[in-house]
Amino acid sequence: MNKLISELKIQIIEQLNLQEVKPEDIADDQALFVEGLGLDSIDALELIVLLQQHYKIKLSNAEEGPKVFRSVKTMAEYITAHQSRNV
Amino acid sequence: MDQRIFVAGVGVISAIGKNLAECLDSLENGRAGIGDMICLDSVHKQKIPVAEVDMSNDDLAHLSGLSKTKSRTALLSVIAAREALNNSGIEDIEALRTGFISANSVGGMDRTEKFFADFFFNNQKGRLRDVVHHECGSITELVADQLGIKDYITTISTACSSSANAIFFGARLIKNNILDVVVAGGTDALTKFTLNGFNTLMILDEQFCQPFDDKRRGLNLGEGAGYVVLVSEKVAASLQKKPAVTLSGFCNANDAYHQTASSPAGTGSYLAMEGALRRSSLQPAQIDYINLHGTGTQNNDIAEGTAIMRLFDPHYPKMSSTKSFTGHTLGGSGGIEAVFSILAVEHGIIYPNLRLQTPMKELPFVPETTLTKNVNIKNVLTNSFGFGGNCTSLIFSKF
Amino acid sequence: MYILGTGNISAQKTFGHVPFLTEAVEYTGNRLSCIEPDYKAFIDAKQIRRMSRIIRIGVAAAMECLREAGVNSPDAIVTGTAYGCLEDTGLFLAKMVEFKEEFLTPTAFIQSTHNTIGAQIGLMLQCNNYNNTFVHRGFSFESALLDAMMLLQEKEAANVLVGAVDEITGMSHTILNRFGSYKQGPVSNFDLYATKSKGTIAGEGAAFFLLANEPSATAYAKLDGLKTFYKPKGIEEIENNILSFLDVHSIALNEIDLVLTGKNGDMRSDKIFAQLQQSIFNKKELISFKHLCGEYPTSTAFALWVAANIIKTGSVPAVFDQKGAKESKINRILIHNHYQGIYHSLILIAAC
Repeated sequence: MNKLISELKIQIIEQLNLQEVKPEDIADDQALFVEGLGLDSIDALELIVLLQQHYKIKLSNAEEGPKVFRSVKTMAEYITAHQSRNV
Repeated sequence: MDQRIFVAGVGVISAIGKNLAECLDSLENGRAGIGDMICLDSVHKQKIPVAEVDMSNDDLAHLSGLSKTKSRTALLSVIAAREALNNSGIEDIEALRTGFISANSVGGMDRTEKFFADFFFNNQKGRLRDVVHHECGSITELVADQLGIKDYITTISTACSSSANAIFFGARLIKNNILDVVVAGGTDALTKFTLNGFNTLMILDEQFCQPFDDKRRGLNLGEGAGYVVLVSEKVAASLQKKPAVTLSGFCNANDAYHQTASSPAGTGSYLAMEGALRRSSLQPAQIDYINLHGTGTQNNDIAEGTAIMRLFDPHYPKMSSTKSFTGHTLGGSGGIEAVFSILAVEHGIIYPNLRLQTPMKELPFVPETTLTKNVNIKNVLTNSFGFGGNCTSLIFSKF
Repeated sequence: MYILGTGNISAQKTFGHVPFLTEAVEYTGNRLSCIEPDYKAFIDAKQIRRMSRIIRIGVAAAMECLREAGVNSPDAIVTGTAYGCLEDTGLFLAKMVEFKEEFLTPTAFIQSTHNTIGAQIGLMLQCNNYNNTFVHRGFSFESALLDAMMLLQEKEAANVLVGAVDEITGMSHTILNRFGSYKQGPVSNFDLYATKSKGTIAGEGAAFFLLANEPSATAYAKLDGLKTFYKPKGIEEIENNILSFLDVHSIALNEIDLVLTGKNGDMRSDKIFAQLQQSIFNKKELISFKHLCGEYPTSTAFALWVAANIIKTGSVPAVFDQKGAKESKINRILIHNHYQGIYHSLILIAAC
């Protein structure tokens, strides 16, 4: 799980072009949207693509987004849960 | 300086018809043009419904007089613009100061995509003739040259409000005594670029769209072109068939909220409608019909609905979204819907908003779900709200 | 109408509070790139990430213009761009091909639309006023300028932020090169007009102006007139257009102190400038500007910036290599540019 969380932070920074942010700046439990990192609806769409491209997980309902993307930790948990289902 | 601007002619091609008569017939008979992708070759073919013009490029080329190697955007544009000019009764445009103000969102992208499929792997590959008309402006020129217009030509691109902006820019050119006649409107053909682009925004409906429905899921992309011929008072007086509709109001405002989403309060929409009313010196209660932007997305319909509430409460005019027929034709939507609005005034018809089953709970009004004929329509407001917060409203009035 | 402020990012040192072209940057290839500022001074880091290069260039030039004019929020924003946001367009197309329409991301698509530059400026300023974008090849800037002038004349706006932006990307340069647009082999931009060969050098840039009905104490110049004409059939039609333009503004040729021409070193399109130099401009002082900014559809915006600065400073910098006798005071400048021989524009600008 920790390895996944570290990887995710790097991927998020890259996908969202967060130039001034380093992985260590993002706390595992930190809110990603509105407060915390201050991401918005377009970033949510980018993260949906990230899930698909890197983890082969499809979030077909955009409304699930706020829950799944609440923090890096919730993202990692979602990925772990869905990847084991795919196996 | 502030003379009336008359509409001398209109022309249109869309998924519901290749000319005015066919489109009007579809509108009167509730026949939408949404369905499976046939012309466009995309991996999303079976999944995403679109509103294509029911003609191949070969057929469009034949009808337009342009070569089939030209962009579909240009082919559609020529057909509609020429219909408008033919209907205007103007015999010799060369004797008048004539302009062509067109709009589109992605120019010749349908052909650029073909080029890119080869260019991507080897940058010396790809047929140059497929990108020579890539630019938005090049499409306009292909059409202007075909129509023989050269006094003033330009292209506007402000996403979904593009052709509405083109129309009132044309009107201002007449008011400022730069031109006597303007053919104005817009066009867009379906492309993989736009289809995929909208898909990434997750605002496409995988079923037939339901604008202003509480359970709406998104929009269906469409294609087509719509143009109006605007003339000065002097030219209008000289025509045998006296024009009966004027462009009485217009306004361009910006939402300044987000790159793609509209503000919840519908600020840009409100300002555009309010500004158009002010320009036309009309009160909200004098609007007989609103042709809604009504794309069917969660966001637009609530923003537009909220703005209408703020402006029109408690006198809500009849309204409907004809995107329920034609899909969202992007750069062509302002033009196509202007034509439908003008036809509404001329024929006294109010179009239905198709597939509306559950009214939106936030709004105290419901768009029309059935066709109404023989209505005395004096003033129609048509809305075009786009990405980048670009909002434009036009008012057409009976003279 | 008056130019109260400008902002110009180009291949020369033209941005911000710098002396007016006291030195020129030399380029030896056929592609001139913008000298870009530190954007963090103009744009919040959180917003920069959402802006591709052309948007940053446009926004920074616009912000600098407003700062100089002392205006926080203009009454209207009008932008011209022929190519739009090429980088993002290319990126989205590339991904579409590479991933066969899967794993595509919204950012590139949203940023690819032509009106994004004008929209971002409006968004940053929280400006709800009129916002329009023209995308007509070599008339993109001129159309925006006409829209701005009409807004002022109609009294719909007391001031208008108007400008143009165009960029060159690796892909677009390759494609335009394949069309035979550019010089082949090393050529210095300083020798551009002496090369007797086909092709020009590619340029890019963003130039914005704050136009207003009333002058200010620090206004650059008066914008007196604008005219465009399309696909002239020959030199006679060009001459007639120029003469009738001056006539409409009741200005005699001898009242023009300087003509700024759009020569670009391509012997095919420079021919008409040579002809005009022999005919109606045979007694006029002529300078050109594209050796500094390169050729691109909205280069007239760069020309207007040059002309406005010449009027304001009262002299022509040495980088223009003016051959003839220099006027003691330059009161009136005529700009004549054309793009590909198709789009001709004339602008008259005078001292306040």
